[in-house]
Amino acid sequence: MVEHGDIRVVHCGGSKINFRDPVITHDSRFLLCASGEAVKVFSTSTEECIHELRGHTGLVTGVLLRPSNHLQVYSSSLDGTLRLWDFTDGILIKTCVIGYPIYSFYASDKHENVIFIVASMPKRFQLVAVHLPQSGDQMVEAQELSAVLSGVNPNPAAIAFGRGGEFIASVNDLQLEVYFFKKQKSYRFFLKEDNKKGGWNTFTCVACHPKDDCIATGHEDGKIRLWRNFNHKKEYTYSTLHWHHSTVSSLCFTPEGTNLLSGGVESVLVQWRYNQESERDFLPRLGGAITHITVSPDGSLFCTSHSDNKITIIQSCVKVSAVIQGLVKGDSIRTDLMMDPRSKALVLNGKPGHLQFYSLQRDKLLYNLDIVQQEYIHESGLQQFEVVKAAFDASGSWLATVEERHQKAAELELNLKLWAFDEQTQSFVLNTTISAPHDAQITAMCFCQPTDSQTTLLVSTSKDGHFKAWQLAAPAHTEGPSWLCDFVSAYHGLVPECCSFSADGSLLAVVFQEVVTVWSPSTWELLTTLSQPPGAVSDLCFGRLSCSKYLLGTTASNLLCWNLLTCSLEWTTSMDVRRLVADPLSENMAAFCYQSGSTDLFVFKPSEPRPLFSHKAVCSGKVTQAVFAPREEMLESCEESSQWLNRSQLYFLTQQMDLMTFTTKAEEDRLLASSKQLVIDDSVAMTPFYLLLGKHRQQQQEHQDSDSSLWAERTALPQTSASMKELLQTPAHVLPSTSYLCSMFVQSLLISVSDARSAHAEEEMESEKEEEDSEEEMESSRSKPELAAAAATESDTPALTKAQARELRRVRKLDHSWLAGLLDS
Amino acid sequence: MGEFKVHRVRFFDYMPSAIRTMAFNSQTERLAVARADGAVEIFNFNDNFFQEKVIPGQDGRATEALCWVGHRLFSAGLNGEITEYDLENLRPQYTVDAYGGPIWTISSNSQGTQLAVGCEDGTVKIFAILEERIQFQRNLNRHKGRIISLCWHPSSAQIAAGMTDMIKIFDAETGHATRRLLVDRAMGASKNKEVVVWSVGYLSDHTIISGDSAGKVQIWNGLTGTLVRTYLVTKWDVLSLVINASQDESSVIAGTSEGTVIQFQFISSTVDQHDKEWVRTRTFRNHSHDVSALAHTDTAVVSGGMDTQLVVRPLLDKVEKNTQESALRKIAFPHRSLVGCAKKAGLLLFQFPDRLELWKLGESEGHVCLMYPYFVCRFLQGEDHICCSALSACGGWLAYSTVSSVRLYRIQYNNTISINKVSKLPKELRSVHQLCFSSDSSKLFASSCQSSVIVVAVSQQECRYLHTLKHKTGEWKARMHLLCASDDGKWLATANTDCEIHIYNLHKMKLHCMVPVYNSCPTTIAIHPVTNNLISVHADQQIFEFSLVQKEYTQWSRRLQAQGLLSLWLERDTPITHITFNPKNPDHIILHDTYMFCIIDQSLPFPELNAVLWNQMTLKSLPVSQRIGQSHAFKICKSFQHLMCVSLLEDLSLVVVERPLLDIMSQLPAPVRQKKFAT
Repeated sequence: MVEHGDIRVVHCGGSKINFRDPVITHDSRFLLCASGEAVKVFSTSTEECIHELRGHTGLVTGVLLRPSNHLQVYSSSLDGTLRLWDFTDGILIKTCVIGYPIYSFYASDKHENVIFIVASMPKRFQLVAVHLPQSGDQMVEAQELSAVLSGVNPNPAAIAFGRGGEFIASVNDLQLEVYFFKKQKSYRFFLKEDNKKGGWNTFTCVACHPKDDCIATGHEDGKIRLWRNFNHKKEYTYSTLHWHHSTVSSLCFTPEGTNLLSGGVESVLVQWRYNQESERDFLPRLGGAITHITVSPDGSLFCTSHSDNKITIIQSCVKVSAVIQGLVKGDSIRTDLMMDPRSKALVLNGKPGHLQFYSLQRDKLLYNLDIVQQEYIHESGLQQFEVVKAAFDASGSWLATVEERHQKAAELELNLKLWAFDEQTQSFVLNTTISAPHDAQITAMCFCQPTDSQTTLLVSTSKDGHFKAWQLAAPAHTEGPSWLCDFVSAYHGLVPECCSFSADGSLLAVVFQEVVTVWSPSTWELLTTLSQPPGAVSDLCFGRLSCSKYLLGTTASNLLCWNLLTCSLEWTTSMDVRRLVADPLSENMAAFCYQSGSTDLFVFKPSEPRPLFSHKAVCSGKVTQAVFAPREEMLESCEESSQWLNRSQLYFLTQQMDLMTFTTKAEEDRLLASSKQLVIDDSVAMTPFYLLLGKHRQQQQEHQDSDSSLWAERTALPQTSASMKELLQTPAHVLPSTSYLCSMFVQSLLISVSDARSAHAEEEMESEKEEEDSEEEMESSRSKPELAAAAATESDTPALTKAQARELRRVRKLDHSWLAGLLDS
Repeated sequence: MGEFKVHRVRFFDYMPSAIRTMAFNSQTERLAVARADGAVEIFNFNDNFFQEKVIPGQDGRATEALCWVGHRLFSAGLNGEITEYDLENLRPQYTVDAYGGPIWTISSNSQGTQLAVGCEDGTVKIFAILEERIQFQRNLNRHKGRIISLCWHPSSAQIAAGMTDMIKIFDAETGHATRRLLVDRAMGASKNKEVVVWSVGYLSDHTIISGDSAGKVQIWNGLTGTLVRTYLVTKWDVLSLVINASQDESSVIAGTSEGTVIQFQFISSTVDQHDKEWVRTRTFRNHSHDVSALAHTDTAVVSGGMDTQLVVRPLLDKVEKNTQESALRKIAFPHRSLVGCAKKAGLLLFQFPDRLELWKLGESEGHVCLMYPYFVCRFLQGEDHICCSALSACGGWLAYSTVSSVRLYRIQYNNTISINKVSKLPKELRSVHQLCFSSDSSKLFASSCQSSVIVVAVSQQECRYLHTLKHKTGEWKARMHLLCASDDGKWLATANTDCEIHIYNLHKMKLHCMVPVYNSCPTTIAIHPVTNNLISVHADQQIFEFSLVQKEYTQWSRRLQAQGLLSLWLERDTPITHITFNPKNPDHIILHDTYMFCIIDQSLPFPELNAVLWNQMTLKSLPVSQRIGQSHAFKICKSFQHLMCVSLLEDLSLVVVERPLLDIMSQLPAPVRQKKFAT
């Protein structure tokens, strides 16, 4: 087995930004939200991610502005630490180790240096007050913990601070508990479980009025209750507001307490006037079920998180001013992960009835393609059209999608749609809709691979026992070309499970349960059948490049490799492979094996007996979706174990719908280094666009500098002379007479040649010293002029040459040791 | 247990009339409810919400407002008259014409010395309350437009009057209007419609709370005449509004046309501070139609309206939770029997406010119907409504009474039915509360005023006054509301609203004994035909058996009291209104309330206090040994619901008169349109 060395599994872009409620800063310019293991800082005006606060090693479970300093923010994580950040500069100020995984946390003005966290104690969740130690150290450990409430809900919406932090309200199941800090007394209020349908009165969220003693609670049946007089055991009272038809998932009071905002699965933001509850405003069609609502501290911006991984910023409850969209993850992703060959974007199920195109490099949703083209009804329990399969052809000019709706009573509704890429609009346009292409669900679909041939072929297999080939037919007299069925075939009435084309498109393999049939797409002739009982083949892959003679298949217990030239089994190993993916740019294949609750990864070449790379327990649960994404620029990695990552990167989806990838140490270092270069200008929000411009400008400057340094050999810069500066910067009315200045100016232009020479030499000496300091085994035989030349080239493309040189050195060092080892033996 | 042939009667189309207004007397814990037909009912909240008294209505007497002054009850109506009721003899004592057109509202000051009425012509008239009568005192300054609602300030110095488009505050001393509060009209299309202030309340801190036809509840500062707060609670009208004046005035409830009752509470917005404000809190939704009458007791909200039901909704913050007190009560049927049954003849007598109907029961053999039930005859009554009626066991005699007169009919069935009114009645038989025939139909007993029972002999030839039974001469006593004669004709039992039960010996025509007084009013009494024991059931659901011969409680009764009744029995919220006996099995007593009938087997042991009452079908499915272990004295049947009467005929067939609430609901006018989600 190969060691995995410095390769790490990381949450990559597109982690949830709707996991916890976001925070808007006091000046309403930034929005902070927990996203995977980092906190992302977005600009509220441009929607761009400015930077990420990285450092947590577990899932970040909350972000909170520090009550005493509004330029700092706390974040909590499941790794058991609280971290304090300066979010404008992205600097970690302090780390506080708690020791328990933190599920949510709360802070209030009144309780200075105390943070209330929800941690899982044995059996139940507890709300614990943590006194933050007052030391200047970077890393402190919290010692003073005191339990406040036990049996709380880990959902952060279930606890809220009341007016001025005087009390804390917590809801759990059918109970509301209010704890008064001053009296150290808590009151509990119970609701009856609605016995007609059961569990409908269950609390879901709580919010407290900032000025009055009023607690608003949301319930599963869509009701909102406003509790008052809750400092009495019996004489408490509540009023009920009812608009939502499904669970109220979030409640929020505006900072002055004049309005109450509520949201739920209806994707409508409801604004209730406090004390005038019959008047309410609605902001409908927000596009997805609302999961969190927050209001900026000045009340000017509302911000709603949605279940489709989106944050909407709303100005004064009327206008959606910005939408921050992450990778949309529905309840289940039915399509495979795919790469769009044109945009190099990751394509998968997005919003209901859509395909999303997600740029992994920029970590940004490019666009959603509406496949179903029907209105989606925001109500749980409705059966609506879903995109279940999608496939691209090799050039990215055709996209095939399958949508289905399966209602209990009615028949299956199935549509196959083919989309052509339109160069003008740069998007996919519907070309052909084939309703009911098969009698039963489509199990697999793939395009013919070759890039040279003009005819594109699509093969779909279905549970009705047939597989069909579809081809672009000649244009009819009025309309453009459309797709027609070209060939239908079956094999002994077995159900085809998956299909695959070979890399050159000359072979089509279709799996009929235990039998792999190989067809020639040009003549539709059954060439051969391969089979290795027992067990139905579930996944199929042709080898690439030098391994194209191999065909790999997986069964429930074995990984099989056939040689297509001999039509015999080449090798087999016993492993439970759930997903087999081939790298389109190399011979490599990745197999995800499920073993005792977690998934292992093996990367191998079909021709070689030993895996290139293996990683035990990549994640818990099964992995059923994975894809190799080609890199934009090749990675220079010479370590054997990480070479398979050089050309493309492997992405996979875990059972928890997290998108994960593999990174090497070098890559991470580079990322970290680039993030440190960022210098924040206070006046301008730091966006990638700005960075791009800024970089460009810097490069220009550098360019100028290098140019001018060449010039400097001949002429010193007049700009740098002190007299020039004096001349230009001094106010005119205090300057001496022009004649006096004129002589000075002329003198400043006249610079002695010897002076310049010496300066240049000094410069050289210094650089040489530097080199010597850093590199010990620098060979002394190198002459100075060579060095100078090297330095000169360095200034042109400094990063590249340095890296190359270092690489070279490392190679040398390695070689040497290897030789020594050989000699010893 | 025995099986019965059942006559399931559903042709008694009894229709209670809508509740118009109500008034609660917090001193005596009595609630007076006025219905649309003019009847006034008195409920005793101390005694398990028992309907103690019913003052029958009268055609053309539409009561618009009720008002308690101490123990005296006044009402005013659109006929322009103020009426005081004689609560002992259950009839109007006197009426005074206010001479101001229809009266919309009546209100007394807190001292109980003055009565203010609001009239159609725009005057507020003040009457002085004297002993035995009221006297017109003065008019407040007259204004254009009718006075819809009135409320006295607790200090009796000011009166707030709700009118169309405005509220006026009058100085009660000078009669001048001191302030005028203009009420906004509804927005939108109904802008041109004037707004009616249906109800107004005046608190001791000079806060005025009003409910109007635009659906608003508004809170005003009465000193400055400024509007403090507006709550839009409904799209329709706020019809009624009540303050819990007997307590700290911290709660107000408002009833709307949508059938909701909305509570407002005066609570502090923050915990430690004392500045309080009115906040809308709870919403009760127990009615399908207008809530036109409301009362706020210390612990409950009582509401009634178009849908004829009286709903007592306890405030859970004021009562102990999960007790009998915290249960919601709906009073849909009167707490007395409106059905008479001639056991020998198989006849049913249905009593309506304005008529009586006589029906003959059908006959069947197996599944073959031999004779359908048919309608015999109807007795129409004029202006005054019927207060009680009786049918003799043989079906030959029928008597009924109104407030002022008694009528007796002789009915003969020979091929054709002949009905003869007995024209000459003894003059003693004038105003009676309850009528009862002896089992051999030879005597008619009538409970009269002065707590006496008049015995009249009825025969073919004449109707002759025999005797007046009195237990104590000269002493003023409460009226009898229950009469019961024994089968052997020897005993007569009477019960009065003071919870006393007297036994008379009819052979000797004198008081035999008095049953020890229990503190809850008897809802029904019956004398056992075999053992001559008196069974009485009380408003708190207790059952007693009293031996007339030994003049003491029987062993069975003592055992029952010692062990106590099971909790499921005590938690029922409708009283037992009728008792019959099984002539085949003298151990069986058949009782019923609105939701069940029960056969008590005196030979079986009592159940455990917290026993679960098994369904008879479930019991049948149990093995025999277990069934015996489960068998106990209470056999409850709930397969018939909304019972008006359960009686056992001579031929051992059971008559069950049902009046399903759904049928009543379907006869109500359509409620106001409300938007329902997903329609």
